[in-house]
Amino acid sequence: MNVLIPLPVVLPLVGAALSLAAHRRVALQRVLGLVVMTATVAASALLLSRVSSEPAAVVVGGWPARIGIALVADAFAGIMLVVSSAMVLAVLVYAIGNPTTADNSEFFHPVYLVLAAGVSASFLTGDLFNLFVAFEITLSASYVLITLGGRADQVRSGMTYVVISLLASVLFISAVALIYAATGTVNMAQLSVRIADLPDAVRTPLGLLLLVVFGVKAAIFPLFFWLPDSYPTAPSPITAIFAGLLTKVGVYAIIRTQTLLFPSDGASTLLLFLAGATMVVGVLGAIAQNDIKRILSFHIISQIGYMILGLGLFSVAGLAGAIFYIVHHIVVKTALFLVGGLVEHTAGTGALRRLSGLVRSTPVVGVLFLIPALSLAGLPPFSGFVAKLALVEAGLDQGEHVIVGVSLAVSLLTLFSMTKIWAGAFWGGVPSAEGTTAEEDALVRPEAPLPRMMVGSTAALVAVSLVIAVAAAPIYDLSRRAAEGLTSSDAYVEVVNGE
Amino acid sequence: MILVLALCVGVLYAAGTYLILQRALTRVVLGLAMLGHGANLLLLLAGGRAGRAPIVGASPDAVADPLPQALALTAIVITFGITAFLLALAYRSWVLRHDDEVEDDVEDRRIARLGRNGDAAA
Repeated sequence: MNVLIPLPVVLPLVGAALSLAAHRRVALQRVLGLVVMTATVAASALLLSRVSSEPAAVVVGGWPARIGIALVADAFAGIMLVVSSAMVLAVLVYAIGNPTTADNSEFFHPVYLVLAAGVSASFLTGDLFNLFVAFEITLSASYVLITLGGRADQVRSGMTYVVISLLASVLFISAVALIYAATGTVNMAQLSVRIADLPDAVRTPLGLLLLVVFGVKAAIFPLFFWLPDSYPTAPSPITAIFAGLLTKVGVYAIIRTQTLLFPSDGASTLLLFLAGATMVVGVLGAIAQNDIKRILSFHIISQIGYMILGLGLFSVAGLAGAIFYIVHHIVVKTALFLVGGLVEHTAGTGALRRLSGLVRSTPVVGVLFLIPALSLAGLPPFSGFVAKLALVEAGLDQGEHVIVGVSLAVSLLTLFSMTKIWAGAFWGGVPSAEGTTAEEDALVRPEAPLPRMMVGSTAALVAVSLVIAVAAAPIYDLSRRAAEGLTSSDAYVEVVNGE
Repeated sequence: MILVLALCVGVLYAAGTYLILQRALTRVVLGLAMLGHGANLLLLLAGGRAGRAPIVGASPDAVADPLPQALALTAIVITFGITAFLLALAYRSWVLRHDDEVEDDVEDRRIARLGRNGDAAA
């Protein structure tokens, strides 16, 4: 069974190498990508079924424990692997079905698979320095994907994205160096024991430094400003996978390091404050926008706040809520961005001023938008309702009334900004070209019919989000088990040390 | 020796921070390279005092800690690759616009436009 652990990293990497070798034959690359990602989803699901009750670890290369590179899979990592690889597969289908995207470039498929490998590696690594390496694999791939095409606006926003990510990476290396100087190890299981022994004056700055590093990647307040500017310029499938996965890798790293290395006994006021500020600023930003992708990008930030809220409570119920929320959010957010892509594809633009009456011309897209949008706002009976209910209950249990109130108010504002898209794009009559700027005009393409693969993969994601709502009890149980593994790290430490 | 290295790290971080706050892309790239070098030196410093080459069989007291060296090497390779990508991106930006300055983002431009319109109305 230990063979299974490296598979979610190895499969996409091997696939990427083969795909690069086949760079002259796009059809072969497509088949290769689909086969590799299907196998990765299967391997991740099998892995999750094995590690859902107790974690497993493998030391790569057969070195003794603590010398070799440790890969650790616990329930939390397993859940993230299954959801992320499923999203990668769904978006790949969408990208192949979308004739106008970067899929035509011979470098799209290899780089995309490298991105998948990097994301899996971030979830599996049991070593702080390898977390850095996994981040760099993911980010390098994302730099290429976000600038694929080399248009002027992509280069401008790509530059912001690359520089801010690089700065976070430099801070990350600095944090690793300081932690190594203080403790003499970068193995997370060993660190969890040794950091506990450090004096508070050393421990707190290290914890805060890591929070800043991952906070940039996760786009929490006040480190979010790069996200809404850089994501919307990429082609829709790429924006969708970034929106679904990349910030959540940051959230995963925050949850993993804060629970394993810097555990806290009660609710953390700092994290709860950051959670509240992230939610409010994100949703207010979304309300001010008038382009579908930009509204959705600001919503990513707002939603990250809910995950940090679950972590900030530092209880099993809070963490379980956060994990459930991440699962729901990845699926719903990816689906919404794919719908945004469908709108752009069919109407030629994502600017709300130029869109109108889509519910009459393409009712399918209307339905596909409405379900995840209501789910994102947290209306029953959709998955977002269950996720928010779990977080609200966990918050009320601990008497954190203020943050619960903030989160409910933000839900209402989320609903408001979703109705803004609905009213602007789907309802109404003939589109009017009045009052648009030259920038928006430049983005308009002629209308085109919807390819079946794009609609199919979007519909599949919407269906998955409904399944999450229907199967909420077993998924919440699994999240709860994962949260229990996070709050008591003994099993994690033991399995890494090979005891 | 360690003090000299520590001062080097400080100077590199300070110069790098100054450079990435500039408007010109080439300076930002140089600033990031400096910060990267500073971080790599910091990694080496984290390994403690200098010693002999860590070869199997040498007495463990006399050798230098090999792990930070391995980490620094990995970090150097990554920084090198990404700096190359950044330079390519900066070149692409220059080809497209014949300008080395970082542009304002969409939101900033929109707000600047609002400000101008407000002035005109008043």
